[in-house]
Amino acid sequence: MSNAELAIETQGLTRAFGDLRAVDGIDLAIPRGEIYGFLGPNGAGKSTVVRMLCTLLVPTAGTARVAGFDVVHQAEQVRLSIGAALQATAIDPKQTGRELLRLQARLYGLRGPAAASRLAELAELVDIGDALDRRVSTYSGGMKRRLDLAIALVHTPSLLFLDEPTTGLDPSSRVRVWDEVRRLNAAEGMTIFLTTQYLEEADELASRVGIIDRGRLATQGTPADLKRAVGADVVEADVHGDIEQAAAAVRALAEIEEVVVAGHVLTIRTANGSAALSPVALALAASGAEVRSLTLRTPTLDDVFLQLTGGHLQAGAEAA
Amino acid sequence: MSDALHARKVGFFGDVVSVAIRALRSIPRDPEVIIPALIIPVFFYFVNVGALSKLTGGAGAGGQGADFDYKAFQIPTAILFAVTGISRANTVVTDIQTGYLDRLLMTPVNRLALLVGMMVADFVLVAALTIPVIVLGIITGVSFATGVGGAIVFVLVASLWGLVFAGFPYAIALKTGNPAAVNTSFVIFFPFMFLTTAFVPESALSGWLSGAAKANPVTYLLEALRSLVMTGWDGTALLKGLAAIGGVGVVTLGLALLALRGRVARG
Repeated sequence: MSNAELAIETQGLTRAFGDLRAVDGIDLAIPRGEIYGFLGPNGAGKSTVVRMLCTLLVPTAGTARVAGFDVVHQAEQVRLSIGAALQATAIDPKQTGRELLRLQARLYGLRGPAAASRLAELAELVDIGDALDRRVSTYSGGMKRRLDLAIALVHTPSLLFLDEPTTGLDPSSRVRVWDEVRRLNAAEGMTIFLTTQYLEEADELASRVGIIDRGRLATQGTPADLKRAVGADVVEADVHGDIEQAAAAVRALAEIEEVVVAGHVLTIRTANGSAALSPVALALAASGAEVRSLTLRTPTLDDVFLQLTGGHLQAGAEAA
Repeated sequence: MSDALHARKVGFFGDVVSVAIRALRSIPRDPEVIIPALIIPVFFYFVNVGALSKLTGGAGAGGQGADFDYKAFQIPTAILFAVTGISRANTVVTDIQTGYLDRLLMTPVNRLALLVGMMVADFVLVAALTIPVIVLGIITGVSFATGVGGAIVFVLVASLWGLVFAGFPYAIALKTGNPAAVNTSFVIFFPFMFLTTAFVPESALSGWLSGAAKANPVTYLLEALRSLVMTGWDGTALLKGLAAIGGVGVVTLGLALLALRGRVARG
């Protein structure tokens, strides 16, 4: 793929804070028009990558081009090409929604009827009726998120960064944001770089997913390919007692491909989950472990992450 | 999608106007900033006039003669109480804490305009805050020896001082992003305002206080403002006052610019 077809291209992108390498040698090649999901647990380095790509931080090492421009030496051009809604809903609570949209338009030099028409379109997108003329401090979390997204879109950027856009939203607000992301990508051809710690969000939206852990890109590919690499089925066992002995007992079974221990949960990859369920149950019982639950399911992106890193993407996943 | 939209860099002056409009719009929404600035000067004006006008009049210790108009002497002090320390620095802190500053920095906005726009709004606010004090003076019988022109210069000079002093809270806000730290900038207000001729003429000061007042730029600012009210056009006094503002401005605005540079640096 030529450079001109890439919306984001990074090579060895690194950012250190003192001795800590928050981002460590990330290589990305994201074509124009793609929704790219950047998945990782809290503190993995997702937001630091976004801040470098949005020109808020300079890389310590490596290079990054966004919309064809170098983030260090052509920051102005990058800023004109991108829109971003960062992790915190970054809006001034003392202004009204309409005032903030107008200010953003002015800062991008948008004036006249075209700008007015764009603001009317965005008012529709925000869809908060008369509240658009109320101060933002009176908005709900969902209203603020939608306004935040609309502000990021004022100048019709070719590339949109969304840093955990649905964190803290209720399910219906989350679905509305997802719908809008899909529409922007499909109808306006916008490239979208989406960071998230929600598996279903990456699964729902992203055409490709990159998984980041401790500042490094652990893997990337389509969600289907990544899950396929884990295996056909996953058996999950919540086990109390000697977990290592229980794991050893399961590993000894012929039909088992891999067993990963995380806390008191065994995640067991197998080609045929239905056939493996009974032998696994018997092996666990024979090991003397107390089995509190045994679940058969298809692989998720969390299983991909677990296989690569030995940890879970989401806090509390072990107990799930 | 709107076809005719073309995002572009606006430039310094356009960005200053955009930032200033936002800041000006916020002023009436922050009554906690305005109300003390209206009450404190009125309070000091009445207390000082009530407590000290007899002491400074007449021929006794500190007396300036029977025709000394202590009310006119106090109007510049009241004005400085109104305009010193007024700024949008806490808005800057809020912008840092909410991430709104990051949003602004992702636009092509001129970085210096982010500070200058706020200060333009401050200038308008402090100029407006001088009006009630001047009206109060007129109601209580004070008149400007330099007439309407002098009153306008009086407002401009006082506002310029307010703007220059605001460099302190902006420097602290941009450096720390901490509202409590910004509030400590009020501490700087005390030596500037009290170790000077704010309450009695220099001839009534003695010892170390007289020396401190001579070294305090606010003394020269007060003399410039008082000349406009009490004695008539005095170029020397005005120049000294403007030089005092300039000297303080070099320090305060220099600190604010350094703090801005540190805050918007991408390192």
